[in-house]
Amino acid sequence: MRPKQRNRLVLAIVIVMFVAISAALALTALEENINLFYSPTMIANGEAPQGRLFRAGGMVSEGSVQRDPESLEVSFRLNDEANEILVKYTGILPDLFREGQGIVVQGKLGPDGSVMATEVLAKHDENYMPPEVEHALKTAKEAAAANAEKE
Amino acid sequence: MSIIPNWLYRLSSPKNFYRFAGTASNWCGWIALFLFVIGLYYGLINSPPDYQQGDTTRIMYVHVPAAWMSMFVYMVMAISAAVGMIWRIKASTAFANASAPIGAMFTALALATGMLWGKPMWGTYWVWDARLTSELILLFLYLGYMALQSAIDDRETAARATAILALVGMVNIPIIHYSVEWWNTLHQGATVTKLDKPSIHISMLIPLLIMAVAFKFYYLSNVFRRARCEMLEREQDKLWVRELLGENGSE
Repeated sequence: MRPKQRNRLVLAIVIVMFVAISAALALTALEENINLFYSPTMIANGEAPQGRLFRAGGMVSEGSVQRDPESLEVSFRLNDEANEILVKYTGILPDLFREGQGIVVQGKLGPDGSVMATEVLAKHDENYMPPEVEHALKTAKEAAAANAEKE
Repeated sequence: MSIIPNWLYRLSSPKNFYRFAGTASNWCGWIALFLFVIGLYYGLINSPPDYQQGDTTRIMYVHVPAAWMSMFVYMVMAISAAVGMIWRIKASTAFANASAPIGAMFTALALATGMLWGKPMWGTYWVWDARLTSELILLFLYLGYMALQSAIDDRETAARATAILALVGMVNIPIIHYSVEWWNTLHQGATVTKLDKPSIHISMLIPLLIMAVAFKFYYLSNVFRRARCEMLEREQDKLWVRELLGENGSE
């Protein structure tokens, strides 16, 4: 390797290292701000901003969805297995919205500590399978649970 | 003692590269076409719908390979631009320059199909979450590379400037990949590219992987063709180009 080539190689390595380190530092400093949403635990700890729009994310709690038969009003609870928050929303929910589904809502914190949502987005998970496989998995799980109860 | 093996040095001479790229482009093109036909048939017709998303999930067979390629092409582009700058290998710089528009196209495709997928599933075309934003930055990096390369007339200077830009932008690649783990995002986590077992059923994984390989060959076919053109343009005054033109009787 000629000295000139070596210099350029060193330059390239130095640039990559320098940029990587500064990016790592910047991202660590910004960490919380890059999160798309606050989890119910973060909201319970009072980390969510008062009086301005923010996003909350979590799983829709089983059996918590209550629809008003007269209007599009709907309320449900979001949990992250540790804490739960109440969400109120008026509008059409996305296709993937269901109990046990991960979702993200945008809204403001109400006076009673619930989230008044203006937008509801559904997250989908990283699992892909045909419906038959999902059905088989579910049946197997139920069978296992039934067996466990018997014993 | 050289880092670059001898056969690669020989291949990188403009004349040899031109010959090799022509043959390679044709072969890769036919392989890509063959795999596209199989992959699209399996993906769009012969694979099962998803348990949650139904048939909408089929957009995955284009979206996911396009997104993988957007990152893969960037790495190839950055490394070959750096090699071209360090060792002053024209073929390597030409390869990097040829990669940029193709990579930009894959990135735009990943973003567009992602938006079309996001609307029915998430309920929105776009959110500023870490994954989507970093992928958009990747598109701008490609466009910046192309703009910088065409803005500088002197080829040596252009090669140095673009190589540095490409190397700086490389930091974005791990950010795109790990964004879904490091931060809360609307985009879901990795399905296939993780150390764990892929969380996708085999009947959907196979067409996905066929499509991924098809995209790779499509890229190779295109990049060789483009790099070949750039080589011809750079070397237009050289003897071998004139001989080539004479041979083909086009002058």
